[in-house]
Amino acid sequence: MNENMNKPNDDDIVFAASGLTKTFGRSEKAIRAVDDVSFAMRRGEIITVVGESGSGKSTLARMILRLLPITSGTMALNGTDVTRLRGRGLQEYWRQVQAVFQDPFSAFNQFFSVRRLLHRSGKLLRHADVDLDSRMRAALEQVGMHPAEVLDKYPHELSGGQRQRIMIARALMMEPKLLIADEATSMLDASLRATILNVLFDLRADADLSVLFITHDIGQACYLSDRVLVMQHGKLVENGPTEDVIFNPKHDYTQRLLADVPRLHDVG
Amino acid sequence: MKLSRFTSRFYVALGIVFLVAFFGTLGPLLFTGKDLTTVVGGLYDAPSGKAWLGTDNLGHDVFTYLMYGTRSSLIVGVISGLIATFIGVVVGTVAGYVGGAVEETLMAATNIMLAIPQIVVLVLISVALDSRSVTSVAIVIAVTSWPWTARAVRAQASSVRTREHLDIARLSGANTVSIIVFDVLPYMLSYVVMVFVLQISIAILSEAALSLLGLGPSEGTSLGLMLHWALAWESVRNSAWWAFVPPTIMLTMVAFGFLLLQSSLDEVFNPRLRRDSGRKRRKRIASARTAAEAAEAATTSGSGA
Repeated sequence: MNENMNKPNDDDIVFAASGLTKTFGRSEKAIRAVDDVSFAMRRGEIITVVGESGSGKSTLARMILRLLPITSGTMALNGTDVTRLRGRGLQEYWRQVQAVFQDPFSAFNQFFSVRRLLHRSGKLLRHADVDLDSRMRAALEQVGMHPAEVLDKYPHELSGGQRQRIMIARALMMEPKLLIADEATSMLDASLRATILNVLFDLRADADLSVLFITHDIGQACYLSDRVLVMQHGKLVENGPTEDVIFNPKHDYTQRLLADVPRLHDVG
Repeated sequence: MKLSRFTSRFYVALGIVFLVAFFGTLGPLLFTGKDLTTVVGGLYDAPSGKAWLGTDNLGHDVFTYLMYGTRSSLIVGVISGLIATFIGVVVGTVAGYVGGAVEETLMAATNIMLAIPQIVVLVLISVALDSRSVTSVAIVIAVTSWPWTARAVRAQASSVRTREHLDIARLSGANTVSIIVFDVLPYMLSYVVMVFVLQISIAILSEAALSLLGLGPSEGTSLGLMLHWALAWESVRNSAWWAFVPPTIMLTMVAFGFLLLQSSLDEVFNPRLRRDSGRKRRKRIASARTAAEAAEAATTSGSGA
């Protein structure tokens, strides 16, 4: 992989990771779940990370979110090092970097109403001068829900799709600069998935939101992203514009992934 | 919670526990009007209209002593259960949630406590105390009986820890205390309730064991102390059964009631353990049989046509 692909030389970079490594276990039994991963994201860019199960995609996401300690390497948000943030600094980081996870059932605390869930996240905004209530309502409307109907409901009163949309609203409420979506749409039905993806597209245009999609669905990667990163055994094996990676894959792992995509009609 | 979730076992257990609690708390006021200093007869008088369960070695009414003894056993059980559950839950939750070196340290301490036989520690601490009130006996039992709770709760907490809602809470900037209180503990609440009930029953039995050895509360009475005096004054050889049989039955009832309550709560909180009642099972078998007969009838009539 050549160097200038990893480090675009412009000021537009929102997030940059270099040499990110995560090792589980000690000494000779250690497993490198994420191995020396470097990439950069521009403002408003949508990047997809693809790879099979166990390739380290989700570990990478959790490292970027600072939910998992980083073994080595550095990350920077808007040019500031965020690898070792703690306390207030970390809260400020989470205001700008948010996430949606795969499973809308286990992501909810079943004892919290939607309002309480959103209010809790809203505490990150307490230093910013915003009206939390209107922000909450706006975010729910963005994902196509009626605030009055859902705010006082508990998770068991909502369907899977509704829950996932509330999770997305929770992340968007913070108006983040970077959104990590870890298989966020894999549990939604097709029409809902399109709605959600379009919401994210609009936000990219309106609010300069950068999105890091993590998926095993190459079709989805093709549909929405500007660039694709391919991961295998924790290593980044391919990193390039979507067209290049999909139509002209260099690494044989990518070629194999693409060959496994079921075809409804041959594009020949 | 819907009432239909409770099994008949639960109601039986609750009934026993309430009966015992009623006997221990209100009994002395309702039935005899005597107290622990009232002397009603001589050494081991047989049961009579004056003393329903006879008298003990000092001529006290055994029935009155039984009620006061039940009361102090229950007090010891509840106080000790509360303290032991509290210590166990705090240690277990912190170890399970925080993990790493904190977990190793806390669990090492817990395992060391588990390796030392509880009764030895109980006896040593009790001997070291000059005067023992009901409360201090309860505290001594509590500080030796939390380790099992801590271990079990740690296992629960580390399984809750992997749930995604904790990640969401962290991403919302919630601090560790808030996450433990609002995101981890509620998920273990049913378990903690069961542990508490079990701890009560363990504490009551431990108190009886200590008292039997003469290390029980130094004022008042308890079920174990009654047994202790009955042994010391050779009631068995004097065939004064009323001195040792009633406290034994009472102790068995209390411990059995709480154990049954704990295991029936397990069924309530964990529906997979629930068994059909006999009637339901018969009904299910009967309906399966009629369905099979109907199907058979349909095929024979079908082939006949």
